[in-house]
Amino acid sequence: MSRFTLRVNGQSHKVDVAPDTPLLWVLRDNLGLVGAKFGCGIGQCAACVVHLGGAPIRSCMMPVSAAASADITTIEGLSADGSHALQKAWCELDVAQCGYCQPGQIMSAAALLAHNPNPSDDDIDDAMAGNICRCATYHRIRAGIHKAAEIMAAAKEVRT
Amino acid sequence: MSAILEAPLGRRSFLKIVTMAGGGLVLGYYVRPEARADAAKADVKNAEGSFAPNAFIRIGPDGTVTVYSARPEVGQGIKTSLPMVVAEELGADWGSVKVVSAQLDPVFGPQFAGGSMSTPMDYAVMRKMGATARTILVEAAAQTWGAPAGECVAAGGMVRHTPSGRSIKFGDLVAKASTLPVPAEDSVKLKDPKNFTLLGSRIGGVDNPKVVTGQPLFGIDQTRPGMVYAVYEKSPVWGARPLSANLDQVRALPGVRDAFIIDRTVPENELTGLVPGVAIVADSTWAAFSARRQLKVQWEEGRFPDSSWDDFARQARELANAAPGANNVTEARRDGDLDKAFAGAARVVEASYSYPFISHANLEPQNCLAHVQGDRAEVWAPTQDPEGARRLASKVLGTAPEKVQVNITRIGGGFGRRLDADPVAEAVAISQRVGLPVKLTWNRTDDLQHDHYRPGGFHFLKGAVDSKGGLSAWRSHHVAFGSNMGADDYPARFVPNYLLLNSKLENGIPQGPWRAPGSNTYAWVVCCFLDELARAAGRDPVEFNLALLGDRDLVPGSGARGRPYNASRMRNVVRQVAEKAGWGKPLSRGKGMGLGYYFCHQGYVAEVAEVTVSPKGELRVDRVVAAVDVGSQIVNLSGAENQVQGAIIDGLSAAWLQELDIRQGRVVQANFDDYTMLRMNDAPRAIEVHFIKTDYPPTGLGEPALPPLAPAVYNAIFAATGKRVRQLPLSRTDLSWS
Repeated sequence: MSRFTLRVNGQSHKVDVAPDTPLLWVLRDNLGLVGAKFGCGIGQCAACVVHLGGAPIRSCMMPVSAAASADITTIEGLSADGSHALQKAWCELDVAQCGYCQPGQIMSAAALLAHNPNPSDDDIDDAMAGNICRCATYHRIRAGIHKAAEIMAAAKEVRT
Repeated sequence: MSAILEAPLGRRSFLKIVTMAGGGLVLGYYVRPEARADAAKADVKNAEGSFAPNAFIRIGPDGTVTVYSARPEVGQGIKTSLPMVVAEELGADWGSVKVVSAQLDPVFGPQFAGGSMSTPMDYAVMRKMGATARTILVEAAAQTWGAPAGECVAAGGMVRHTPSGRSIKFGDLVAKASTLPVPAEDSVKLKDPKNFTLLGSRIGGVDNPKVVTGQPLFGIDQTRPGMVYAVYEKSPVWGARPLSANLDQVRALPGVRDAFIIDRTVPENELTGLVPGVAIVADSTWAAFSARRQLKVQWEEGRFPDSSWDDFARQARELANAAPGANNVTEARRDGDLDKAFAGAARVVEASYSYPFISHANLEPQNCLAHVQGDRAEVWAPTQDPEGARRLASKVLGTAPEKVQVNITRIGGGFGRRLDADPVAEAVAISQRVGLPVKLTWNRTDDLQHDHYRPGGFHFLKGAVDSKGGLSAWRSHHVAFGSNMGADDYPARFVPNYLLLNSKLENGIPQGPWRAPGSNTYAWVVCCFLDELARAAGRDPVEFNLALLGDRDLVPGSGARGRPYNASRMRNVVRQVAEKAGWGKPLSRGKGMGLGYYFCHQGYVAEVAEVTVSPKGELRVDRVVAAVDVGSQIVNLSGAENQVQGAIIDGLSAAWLQELDIRQGRVVQANFDDYTMLRMNDAPRAIEVHFIKTDYPPTGLGEPALPPLAPAVYNAIFAATGKRVRQLPLSRTDLSWS
């Protein structure tokens, strides 16, 4: 066991875990942040995506020892109150079926929109091809990302 | 004051009003005493005191309408759609409706989520429930005003007196309403569906805000104080017992609390309940997963240690050559005179179709949290069949079912897998041993290698078309691993000379329902072979299939339990889908359209796929058009459309990519790197869903839109390339053309 200090959603947490523990299980078992999901454990389904230093990572593959250096954002910290454009778009378009993969989908999409605020269908397909949705809500996920881009663009217009 | 009992409501319940602490109108519905004597007695007693969980609708003094959702939410949207039905009849403002998930309780009647049954079983009951509450509120308002109830209308969360324009909010009526008797059942009038404002509209899932913020909704998210974490290793050869394991070594690993063998099978000789294995209990999920990597188990050989897919295929071919009446060849249906029909045929076509075992691959791996204390247990489980879960758990414990409390969580994908409760049985057995709350988590390999699979199968077919181009004979031999085709399965009843032979391969592979069981493969076999016969007859497939469906309306089923087939509903969706898809429009080489259609789970669905196959053999499904007849009313248009879109892409994923190989008595695939699921970039860019309303009771949508997809795509590939593919999945076949 080793002690690590993690900065998650703007808060510091001290944990005492085996250094090879994947970040996913520290989030879920130690910190009670269960939004990131376990699906495959080998980085194939992306249900576990969180942001590390702003970049999307598969938390099931990332040992906690490698995650202690940068800010971690999980779905619980994407917005304070579910008001991120993607979260709004997901509710408005009723994207989810079972919903299990959707935190990972949203975190992957958030990373896409952060550097490409107006993605094409092809951009979306490329960026989201790592995320499995077993209920196959891919149509609505794609539409949800376009919708979120619109919401973000409108908000920007209001600000300027 | 409480408990005014009245009004039989359907087959399972009666209604009553009770007043509870905090006030409000509470309308509960209760199983009939004769059906569940003990449970009903307990409920009545409960209702006189601090009534809580058995209320179905509660209207609070603040106007909040609380509706309990009794069926597990598995992604089918039932937690939103059935409360919509209540709210519609009640005249509630949807914004004031709060939906609460019920736990397993006999007061709610059947609580499973499977077979697309929730809507057909509950739609009328929920309407009656809402209408009854509305009738009481209207009466309360009428008495308040001294006006006839007939002049009062409930809508938008209030009752209006139409002549005077006065109104009272529901919340202000509940004190009076709760003193009124439940109206006689025949005095409760349902709304005319023409006046529905909520049903048929697009309503977002009630838990969407929690889903998109990562709240702990699912089974795998549950925790209890003092909880420990468990894994359970089973033999890769199904059902084989552990003879020994390096338990002492595992117990000494960091974070491990205990490791032990469970050498039980419950129910006996069955592969889909508790089966023998080795449990590791640890302080964290990762400690349990890590320790498992050091676990070494000596397994007994098992019953079928040498079985392989290739050998099953060889056995199937041998059976196909056996005559009717031979050992293991059962005649399931025979109509007319096949020999004569084949002898007189203009064209005869023979083909064999096969498909592999596939997995449910629920994205939330199987799991359960269980806490056994003495002879009682409480479980938190993502189960589609909470009552079955309770039954199995009580068998494992050797206790009465009433001593097992089942808390139903949201489910991260069901597809039929979670109608079986093996993870519940395992968690209960482990908690019984350690005496602590135990969360059992399967890993992906457990999930793929210990699924209850969609069985593979082999179909050997011979069909004839006569000189007029009509389908005159159909001979089918189905070699199956579990259930065979039924005597009435399509196209039985539509072909004058028809023979269905069935055989079963002896095997030890656990099997279970996978979204649209049976239909999910039979539709592909039947619609593809019909396409072959249409081409052999030189006829357009849509026209050929419409002719086959004939001119009868309701085609009766065979025997007392036979299910009628409404051929006019099917013809209607086939015609509609052809029209909407632009069937028959000229397409360049490499592009094609195909038709699939099937009746299952009370729904009639036809789909046309439009595909492009490049000369190199790369497939793209450009567009899928669906015509769907599930009766007179779409409950939630958003949810219904989502189900059809999802079923189409799920069907494509299975037909294109999914396959489990079986060698040395076990499944070869171990994770999503070798068990491939369709991803967004391969999903069709366009899916058009057309709901065709007909004058039949509304039925479910979890399943019926899936079966037609595979044949639509395969037939489209033939149209595009001239290649007839007769095996699933597509990824096994080179589609290149020149």
